[in-house]
Amino acid sequence: MERSRIVQVTVNGVEYEREVEVRKTLADFLREDLGLRGTHLGCEHGVCGACTILFDDASVRSCIMYAVQADGADILTVEGMAPPGGPLHPIQEAFRDHHGLQCGFCTPGFLMPALELLVEKRNPSEDEIREAISGNLCRCTGYQGIVEAIRAADETWERL
Amino acid sequence: MKPAPFEYAAPESVEEALSLLEQHGDTGKVLSGGQSLGPLLNMRLASPEVLIDINRLNELSYLRRRDDHLEIGALARQRTIERSPVIKQKWPLLYEAAPYIGHATLRNRGTICGSIAHADPAAELPAIATALDAELCIRGHEGERTARPDEFFVSFMTTNLEPEELLVEVRFPPPQPWTGHAWMEIARRHGDFALVGVAAVLTLREDGACSAARLVYTGVASVPFDAQEAADQLLGEQPTEELFATAAEKAAGSSEPGSDAHASAAYRRHLVRVLTRRALRKALERAKGEGDGA
Repeated sequence: MERSRIVQVTVNGVEYEREVEVRKTLADFLREDLGLRGTHLGCEHGVCGACTILFDDASVRSCIMYAVQADGADILTVEGMAPPGGPLHPIQEAFRDHHGLQCGFCTPGFLMPALELLVEKRNPSEDEIREAISGNLCRCTGYQGIVEAIRAADETWERL
Repeated sequence: MKPAPFEYAAPESVEEALSLLEQHGDTGKVLSGGQSLGPLLNMRLASPEVLIDINRLNELSYLRRRDDHLEIGALARQRTIERSPVIKQKWPLLYEAAPYIGHATLRNRGTICGSIAHADPAAELPAIATALDAELCIRGHEGERTARPDEFFVSFMTTNLEPEELLVEVRFPPPQPWTGHAWMEIARRHGDFALVGVAAVLTLREDGACSAARLVYTGVASVPFDAQEAADQLLGEQPTEELFATAAEKAAGSSEPGSDAHASAAYRRHLVRVLTRRALRKALERAKGEGDGA
C-alpha cells in the first residue's frame, strides 16, 4: 500500500511511464503530467462531461477516475483524433462546419462520445445521437448544431 | 475539486480483496465503477483512508445464464445490460430500465452490483432487484451468504453489508410465463435521478386473472418501496382500469415520499398514482401478448 505508484499507459498511441500520487485524477494526470490540456475540466465531479475521454475504446469521465486505474489502459484524448498540423478528423470538421461549437470549452468532451457512437454505428438516428451526447453539457450552442454535426460526420467520415 | 489523500490497493483476486477488506474494515472503501463514489470523493463528502479498487478482478466481470438464472458479477458494467440479447428477451424489465441509468458514458464504467451496493433509493437497479426477487451473493472472510433485497436494503445508502464483505454477484431468477413487465419513471431531465420510478410485474392465469403482481418504486422512501399491499389488490382479479386505479391509490397512500428542491411530497405521490396506472397498463398488454418474460 502506498500513496504513489508507477503507471504505464498508452495515450494517443504513445506509451508513457510516470510515477503518480494515487489520489490524482486521470484528468489531472493527462493535463499536468502529460501536458495534454485538450481534455478540459468543468465541474470536476462527473456532471458536465467536459473531461470525457476514450478509455479502452469506451467513453468515460476522466475527472472521476484515478490515474492509477489507467495502468495498462489505452486512452484516446482529443489530441489523438487528428495528427498534429494535419487535417482535422471528419467529426471535428463537421463540428466546425455545422456550428457544433462556439466557445469550444465543452467540445473535446463532446467529440469523444460522438466518436464512440460513430465507430459503433452507421447512420444513427437522432435519438441515438442525442442519447450518446446526453451526458455532456454545452452552454453555448443549444445542441442542435452538435447533433447536426454528428449526423453530417456520419456521412462524411469514410470508415471501415 | 480533488479527493482527500487516501491509500490505494488494487487486489488481483477476490481472496486478496476480502483480506484487504478484513484488514481495513470500515476505514476502507470498495471502488467499483466509481460513478457515485468518485463525485463523493472529489467533493470530500467521503474520505476513506483506503480505496480497495476491484477493477482488476476480471473473474467478476461476467454476465451469464446458469440454471435459467441470470448471474451478474460485481464488475459487470451497466452498459452490458443494453447490449445483451438474452437480457432483452428474458429479463425485459432490466433491459427497459437500463437506458434510464445516468448516461451512456456513466454506464460504460458504472457496475450493476455497485449501484445495488450503493443503495441510492432513487436508483433504478435496487428497485429492479427488488421487483424481480433477485438474490444478492455476498462474500466475507467467513464465507458466502445470500440476502434478499428486502434484507439487504436497510436505509438511505445503507445496506446490511458488513465492512469486510463484498457483494460479488446479483442473481435474477428465471422469468415466469404469462408475465408482463414495465419500467417507467419521471425525471426533470433524461439521465437525472428520477423523481419517481416504478417497476411493475404482472402475471396472469389462463383465465386472464392476475396470479402475481409486484409494484416497486424509486424516490418515495429510504429504500426501494415495495408496495405489496397495493399489488395484492390485483391478485385473483381480472385486471381492469378500475382495479389499476385502486392499486394506484393504495400505492400513493402507503408511500412516504419527502419534499425537496426537485419536487414536493404531494407531487411525488401524484406521480406514483399516474405511473402505477400507466405501468400496469403496459405490463398487462405485455403479459397478454406473452411478449416478454415467457
